[in-house]
Amino acid sequence: MMRAQAFLAAGVAAVTVLVAAAVAQTTRQPTAKDLRPVPSFQNIADQQARSIALFEEAGKVLQHARCVNCHPATERPLQSDAMRPHQPLVVRGADGHGVPGMTCNTCHHAANFDAARVPGHPQWHLAPASMAWEGRTLGEICAQIKDPNRNGGKDMAALLHHMAEDTLVGWGWAPGPGREPAPGTQAAFGGLLRAWADAGAHCPPS
Amino acid sequence: MALAIKVNGTMQSVDVDNDAPLLWVLRDALGLAGTKFGCGVAQCGACTVFVDGKPMRSCTLPISALGTREVTTIEGVSGREAEAVQQAWIARDVPQCGYCQSGQVMSAVALLKQIKQPSDRDIDLAMNGNVCRCATYARIRAAIHDAARALEG
Ligand code: FES
Ligand code: FES
Repeated sequence: MMRAQAFLAAGVAAVTVLVAAAVAQTTRQPTAKDLRPVPSFQNIADQQARSIALFEEAGKVLQHARCVNCHPATERPLQSDAMRPHQPLVVRGADGHGVPGMTCNTCHHAANFDAARVPGHPQWHLAPASMAWEGRTLGEICAQIKDPNRNGGKDMAALLHHMAEDTLVGWGWAPGPGREPAPGTQAAFGGLLRAWADAGAHCPPS
Repeated sequence: MALAIKVNGTMQSVDVDNDAPLLWVLRDALGLAGTKFGCGVAQCGACTVFVDGKPMRSCTLPISALGTREVTTIEGVSGREAEAVQQAWIARDVPQCGYCQSGQVMSAVALLKQIKQPSDRDIDLAMNGNVCRCATYARIRAAIHDAARALEG
């Protein structure tokens, strides 16, 4: 009898945990699916305010799991839409490609392998520590990506090219099943950043 | 799809689906059953082989992506590091059930090819993608240190 009660209690506790997890899942903030087009910012007369608004729109991509997971604050990448620590434990290493014996391409090959839900790209690797975005505000990320000392020596033209053309960045919009794509398209994202730069590349205050 | 692939130094022809993982081509088409299936999703390391000398999980590599790269499995791994690892593994009686061990050995050999005297941290970072249900981790780490010392001498 006692044992039956204990089993029942354990069962109820387990169900409670499952339900709580399900509720947490469904109440998670939905992320934006689209990006506002550049012309819709034209009505912001003040150039600095327009530039900041454009950057904040592009920030929906920059702060999306598809981007942040490989711009982590620690040496360990994140994974999944919930941005959990990467399993198994892997680290950035000297060149962003991992460490001897456990590089990114030990498991991640040239393309997504959907049967195993393992994403892939020929250059799969982590952003350098100086480009960590996890936990940063958009203002901080903005200052970071404009700073050649932290962005890998890119001037504005190279930065815009990286954002709009780089195919590893582009993976964020074709991540395969089970992973939410970044909002909008890479072209729309690149367009927002180009318009942001044209308006002075101003950063949000925080 | 008929394909010619180089495995353990020999060209082999196989007739398999384009998206068949290398693991199953090795095991089912070529009968090289030393490489193990543990998870199929790059979480356990049991399927580790070398592709052009670099360790890779064969369960997530579709055969169509192999190209002309050469595969080395536990049946074919050779050289100083492989011999040192084999000796150290025997001396320490590392395996318990053995299921994970071909993957462990491949990762250990790959590590020693790149780092001659790995620290505990080097070993942990290189090996933690290789899961051992029997928890032989302490013996694996000690055996890698033994193998490194043997290679030095
Ligand atoms: S079977 Fe490939 S990592 Fe588990
Ligand atoms: S020895 Fe049994 S799983 Fe590793």
